[in-house]
Amino acid sequence: MSHSTVETAPDAQADWPDGIYALLKQYSIRQVALVPDAGHSRLIKRCLGDNELRVVTLTTEEEGIALMQGAWLGGERSVMLMQSSGVGNCINMLSLSSIHRTPMPMIVTMRGDFGEFNPAQVAMGQATQAVLEAMGTLVHRADRPEDVLPTVEASLKLAFNTFRPTATLIGQRVLGAKTFGKD
Amino acid sequence: MTRPNTQVMNRAALTKRILGKLHKREAVVGGIGNSNWDLWAAAPSRPENFYMLGSMGLAAPIALGVALAQPERRVLALEGDGSLLMQLGCLSTIAAQAPRNLIIVVWDNAIYQITGGQPTPAAQSGTDWVAIARASGIAKSHWAADEAEFDTLIETALTTDGPHLIAARIDSEPGRHQTDRDPVRFAQAFTRAMALPIG
Repeated sequence: MSHSTVETAPDAQADWPDGIYALLKQYSIRQVALVPDAGHSRLIKRCLGDNELRVVTLTTEEEGIALMQGAWLGGERSVMLMQSSGVGNCINMLSLSSIHRTPMPMIVTMRGDFGEFNPAQVAMGQATQAVLEAMGTLVHRADRPEDVLPTVEASLKLAFNTFRPTATLIGQRVLGAKTFGKD
Repeated sequence: MTRPNTQVMNRAALTKRILGKLHKREAVVGGIGNSNWDLWAAAPSRPENFYMLGSMGLAAPIALGVALAQPERRVLALEGDGSLLMQLGCLSTIAAQAPRNLIIVVWDNAIYQITGGQPTPAAQSGTDWVAIARASGIAKSHWAADEAEFDTLIETALTTDGPHLIAARIDSEPGRHQTDRDPVRFAQAFTRAMALPIG
């Protein structure tokens, strides 16, 4: 097994991150809120290289829910990129989307999912979809690379056409369950 | 100016002073509880006011999203000290984004007023909001010594590049009125107002 310094970065050959970037442009996204995750590193680079996208690196995912609320109130579309562990950080704040009917699309890279090596990731990873749904989020999973883009697009459409929180969960089977090089 | 050297003022009175200076459809995000109750009391029908009913701590991050979407418009967040304490990291986020048009007002009564006036940890530890904001990278952060200085700080924040943070010690008088509880209407009115040009 090759040694990796990042946790679950997709294969360098995978081009779906570029496809997500193209979807963000197609759907007129202007603000990208994120807490970095290795699974999103290529997409984050694309966003940072685009002067028309405002990338807001957050200190916690709660802030991202607020940013999406504020962006929408101010007339702009936004998304949040985060790891599944971050979903747990923003659950209470999702009430903002429900009570104000605010589109809040989230693109979540999974941990604790398929071949995870870190026990600390498993509880939240296994609970991610359930807690999002408990807060009224429409959740779709992509577990094959070819499913990522249709799923992200469906989640963007659902968020902006039906005014609610939506999430695309990109499974570890897509991302690759890499390790710190220990096993 | 340090916190102990500032006068204890009144949130309802200061909120009215702020609103009296807004003539360009500035956006105002009222933090949960008494912060937005006094905002409501000062100008309930003002569509550029956004009233938070929950999500404690998010007034400044919501205002950041509005400020980035509306770079020509001044955007104010009125936030309680207990709420800000829950989301201190947002000061670094805001400093990093450096929105010129964002103004954060911190109402410091050192208590969780709406739940019965329990002291915050900051009250017991002597936490200084202005020092934290400056250390987070928001250089234009000031305590208001009294109402006259509060006026001056607001006027400066409305006319010079920010981000700005203004902290005011306040008494424990409860909010004057409670907001309506119609969040869809709040959002729709605010969004429509944001689509209008600044005055």
